[in-house]
Amino acid sequence: MKMKLTTLALGAVMAAGPVMADLVFPSLSYRTGPYAAGGIPFADGYADYFTLLNERDGGIGGVKTKLIECETGYNTEKGVECYESTKGQGALVYQPLSTGITYQLIPKVTADNIPLHTMGYGRTSAANGEVFSHVFNYPGNYWNGASGVVNYLLEETGGDLKGKKISLVYHNSAYGKEPIRTLEELSKKHGFELVLLPVDHPGQEQKSQWLQVRRDRPDFVVMWGWGVMNQVAIQEAANIRFPMENFIGVWWSGAEHDVLSAGAKANGYKAVTFHNVGRDFPVFDDIQTHVVDKGLAAGAGDQIGNVLYNRGMYAAMLAAEAAKTAQEIHGTAEITPAMMRDGMEALSIDEAKMTALGMPNFGPAFNVSCENHGGPGLVGVTQWNAESKTWSLISDFKATDAEVIGALIDEDSGAYASENNITPRCK
Amino acid sequence: MSDQFLFATEVFINGLMAGVLYALVALGFVLIYKASGIFNYAQGVMALFAAMTLVGIMEGQVPFSHIINAIFGTEVHHFGWHVPALLAILLTVGVMVGFAWLVQRVVMRHLVGQEPIILFMATIGLAYFLEGVSDLMWGSEIKTLDVGLPQGGSFWIEDMTSFLGSDNFYGFFIDQLDIVATFVAILLVTGLVLFSQYTKQGRAMRAVADDHQAALSVGISLNFIWVLVWSVAGFVALVAGIMWGTKSGVQFSLSLIALKALPVLMLGGFTSIPGAIVGGLIIGVGEKLFEFAIGPMVGGATENWFAYVLALLFLVFRPQGLFGEKIIERV
Repeated sequence: MKMKLTTLALGAVMAAGPVMADLVFPSLSYRTGPYAAGGIPFADGYADYFTLLNERDGGIGGVKTKLIECETGYNTEKGVECYESTKGQGALVYQPLSTGITYQLIPKVTADNIPLHTMGYGRTSAANGEVFSHVFNYPGNYWNGASGVVNYLLEETGGDLKGKKISLVYHNSAYGKEPIRTLEELSKKHGFELVLLPVDHPGQEQKSQWLQVRRDRPDFVVMWGWGVMNQVAIQEAANIRFPMENFIGVWWSGAEHDVLSAGAKANGYKAVTFHNVGRDFPVFDDIQTHVVDKGLAAGAGDQIGNVLYNRGMYAAMLAAEAAKTAQEIHGTAEITPAMMRDGMEALSIDEAKMTALGMPNFGPAFNVSCENHGGPGLVGVTQWNAESKTWSLISDFKATDAEVIGALIDEDSGAYASENNITPRCK
Repeated sequence: MSDQFLFATEVFINGLMAGVLYALVALGFVLIYKASGIFNYAQGVMALFAAMTLVGIMEGQVPFSHIINAIFGTEVHHFGWHVPALLAILLTVGVMVGFAWLVQRVVMRHLVGQEPIILFMATIGLAYFLEGVSDLMWGSEIKTLDVGLPQGGSFWIEDMTSFLGSDNFYGFFIDQLDIVATFVAILLVTGLVLFSQYTKQGRAMRAVADDHQAALSVGISLNFIWVLVWSVAGFVALVAGIMWGTKSGVQFSLSLIALKALPVLMLGGFTSIPGAIVGGLIIGVGEKLFEFAIGPMVGGATENWFAYVLALLFLVFRPQGLFGEKIIERV
């Protein structure tokens, strides 16, 4: 009897064919803490896209995806703990959604041969693939964001910012300080005056900064905020009656929850972006059908189309496409983190592919290479309509100042290479 | 008058207003510390919980809806009604009283006679518990709180004062919400003083604060007084939550406003209601003027640390704070 059962079990296993390991995508999310309002929609979008691939396509290349979510609370120490506790489970790529965590993970992922994707955040000079072999920040980085803001303001002022005053209200952290160097270079180039106004974490109280804005009367205010700082800044700008159309934030200061609490007064506020907004894309219909309607959504299913949900979904799509590329390069569906890195370095996104994925005009076309891990750095501008409570893309995705940004990337990555004895590769 | 002097005056006035908001948070700490010797680490989270509850009631949100939906496969989120602000505030006060009763029943009564550090640790646990319950009950998204309070600079004050300076001076900017907060704080403090001086329960509260064993011996119920004190602190937390939540939306960061109250308490003393007010005003004015005058020279963002430096300076000369009870060590 025992023999019969063993034979039966073995037969069943063989009949089922080879069991393939899942493709593991960790999600270092933050659904709690002071930055949860931004972390939740991003994590939901990231998770829902992988669920969609499993439900609609049977995974990637026939292999199911598996999402491992680990709560960081936007805390760097917890983020590193999450990395250490999940990397042994076959993690293919990390996206920590935190510049602080990114800085800690750069040496770790390089040593562990696991790629790190920091889309629109993290260490900007990681765009230099010759130095940062395992870090990618395509399709855009902070310095593209800063340059995109200045380019837009140049358009608004007829190409001349000479003598204008621009105040930068920024989160007084590694994240918030990232654009300063670029904006300083651009102020020299275009002749505008840059006033720096740091806001300490969490940014609940900003009276001093906005009284100074009221005294200085800048032509434009640029914001580099995250969390409660965004809501308070927009409210304070409204309080001092600063014209919202002259107030523009980076992409981390341009979500629905940033503007809703200021009500009608937030109308006209702008933010730069590297992807499209809204839910008018076929991919969201698929998510609704295959994920939300089946009760498989990561959240309540009510975030679809929100700016940060879209961004999380976009990040997951880019990870999935890189995994497909890796499968093609290495001729196997069961890829390793090292193969995933190769896939990311050979990633090619064009409009035909985006349309096929149900995301026409959702983001720019770009190619990643050994030298360029940062993509094209194309930046668009969105504007808030308080009446309809929607963001709209009001400009095309346009090129940023490669001359200024390229020099800064070379300088910063060169310094990192010499500090860490890294020999530039790709030769 | 020179514009620079007028700008400094504007910063001074706004510092006073900010100080009132800090004092509102500090008051809750003082009430509980005075009556029970407990430094209530959960006071900031109580403000968050109270504000979330208020918005939840106003919008007719179903509490714990995510859990209910996950367990029963339902899709309930709202009852479909909107409760007027005043009624919602009253209902929230009821919830905070219930919370006070629970804290006393489940936590504090088991810790009577324990060292202050044990009680402090219990409030840390309470803070984390309440944080989690708030999220589970009402969700983590940012909620807009509108109880009808005005916001934005007062045109009238700007117009009436703009003649004082040159064309570069627009008139004094004073946020209408800050003016309301000042009146509310005056009412709150007056109410608290009258309550503690002229009501039976208030006098009992003071008796417990002075010597809880003596109070027990004359028949005052310690349990009742502690529920009362936590309820009043819950009410103060609700007021602070409304004022701060109206500014920034109701969200987790509201719990961090407690960080603003600490230097106020160090300066004003942990046991004095007037101390909380005066401490708040000194901290508010001090940090704003320092940021105005020195901030630009040192790269700005001085307010958070300067508040603590200012409090420490006062502590050097008066360790018990400006209005705290004098520390007497007998050997």
